[in-house]
Amino acid sequence: MAHMTPTPVLEPGQDKTMILNMGPQHPSTHGVLRVILEIDGENIVRIMPDIGYLHTGIEKTCEAKFYQQVVPLTDRIDYLCPMTNNLCYVLAVEKLLGLEMPAKAQWLRVMMNELTRINSHLVWLGTHALDIGAMTVFLYCFREREDVLRLFEAISGQRMMTSYFRVGGVALEPPLDFFDRVGGFAKRFPSCVDEYENLLTNNPIWKIRTQGVATITAEDAIALGASGPTLRGSGVDHDLRRDMPYSGYENFKFKVPVRSEGDVYARYLCRVAELRESIAIVQQALDGMPSGPIKADAPKVVLPDREKMKTQMEALIYHFKIITEGFAVPEGEVYQAVESPRGEMGYYVVSDGTAKPYRVHMRSACLANMQTLPSMCEGRLLADVVAAIGSIDIVLGEIDR
Amino acid sequence: MALAPAITDLEQLKGHPAIARLLGWNAAAVQEAKFDREELSIYIDRFSIREACVLLRDNADCPFNYLSDVTCVDWYPSDPRFEVVYHLLSISKKERVRLKVRLSDESPVVESVTSVWPSANYFEREVFDLFGVRFAGHPYLRRLLMPEDWEGHPLRKDYPVEGYR
Repeated sequence: MAHMTPTPVLEPGQDKTMILNMGPQHPSTHGVLRVILEIDGENIVRIMPDIGYLHTGIEKTCEAKFYQQVVPLTDRIDYLCPMTNNLCYVLAVEKLLGLEMPAKAQWLRVMMNELTRINSHLVWLGTHALDIGAMTVFLYCFREREDVLRLFEAISGQRMMTSYFRVGGVALEPPLDFFDRVGGFAKRFPSCVDEYENLLTNNPIWKIRTQGVATITAEDAIALGASGPTLRGSGVDHDLRRDMPYSGYENFKFKVPVRSEGDVYARYLCRVAELRESIAIVQQALDGMPSGPIKADAPKVVLPDREKMKTQMEALIYHFKIITEGFAVPEGEVYQAVESPRGEMGYYVVSDGTAKPYRVHMRSACLANMQTLPSMCEGRLLADVVAAIGSIDIVLGEIDR
Repeated sequence: MALAPAITDLEQLKGHPAIARLLGWNAAAVQEAKFDREELSIYIDRFSIREACVLLRDNADCPFNYLSDVTCVDWYPSDPRFEVVYHLLSISKKERVRLKVRLSDESPVVESVTSVWPSANYFEREVFDLFGVRFAGHPYLRRLLMPEDWEGHPLRKDYPVEGYR
């Protein structure tokens, strides 16, 4: 793995190669990724990603907040899949507390989580296609993404930074017609995926730009820590939702799309197939949505209902205490991983018994996936870098935290 | 669901494939083990971590072939101050294990596992950047997230949340 050790300042070799700086404001870097390229004509000799432009010190900030105050920070880690991050964090804290979730909260979480995956994959597909030169797909994808965002707004009041999952349940009961609206979307969405596929899957230009481009073998992908569609596109059948189920995923039936080619096209096919699986999970969640409470019965952790607060003294006291002092979490540590749209998103939360987390660490799927970029690109053409970056679906907020 | 008490007795945990393999190799390298909240943590001697990782990766019964994460916890002001934490995953057996190494403040150095898993490259650079823990044998130990000329290591507990400036 010689490509693992790029030098900081690439020395131009004799007079053949040149250094090209790409980013951090390049439109195809999906944020503020800077890539330093050493190129020989159009061929890439070495590639070195340079990250950290979006580092906001969220892990440090978490240590100064109460457990419940960390939830809005997790939205901002990966702004394309806020609820996946919410879910991962609250599952970790609930595991520390030993809280059991009621069935309806779990199913709601799964449903919203899959809608988030659709949202994230739509942004990926639109921008990835745009990078490679297919403009229309972008417009189609953002049309459906708008529907998903409206659903988010209906259930949480926010389009993007939802913070809908809370420690001990979800924030609010869904509004009255919410499930009908989700049902309507779930019915319509598969035909929209057909539309995207009509534009791309058999499109000869798309195939030439993606097939056989930026390949990575299964062994390399595992060794470099890739996960999610980047790993499954190389033929490794691993999905945390199925293999290590959390939040009631064991109740759902879905296929895990795996392709063996390991190129950009394979990763594209995996994600598009995931869109269909996700909407099927949403439909299953709608069909089997249990009734009952949406919050765990843990008055010291979960905020009381508004109505109870106005009528019951105890509820008012608990509310006051949670808001002003937080809730103490027993000493211990947990690592909770979920399958985010990009791969294994993990939260490592350490508690020292107080109301503030001693340490919160986010295992970012993108950070690990990014390490595959040199082995994907070196020896290939400059134009393939754009396809490769798009195909690993990076979100810089998650990489830099 | 009440929390079950943590199991810290090595004898009781012998059945776990990771512990069995490590004890069979070098019992002195395993300092402690803890099974808490369905998760297993093993404290490894700081000089044996790379070899322990190779051993667990190549373990035939339960190959921990995937390095999920490397991070660190600062227990300032207690000593040993740092705990470097490795999360290993076995993709085939769907099993996780957490390895931990304790490091003192005087010489926060531990052997790098980049030769075992190249994925440790960024993870270890991040720990170096934010905690100042050095990884011996890392091919390119430079700051990852903070600017090159940054002073201090922000995730240390004696570093103020607001920063120095």
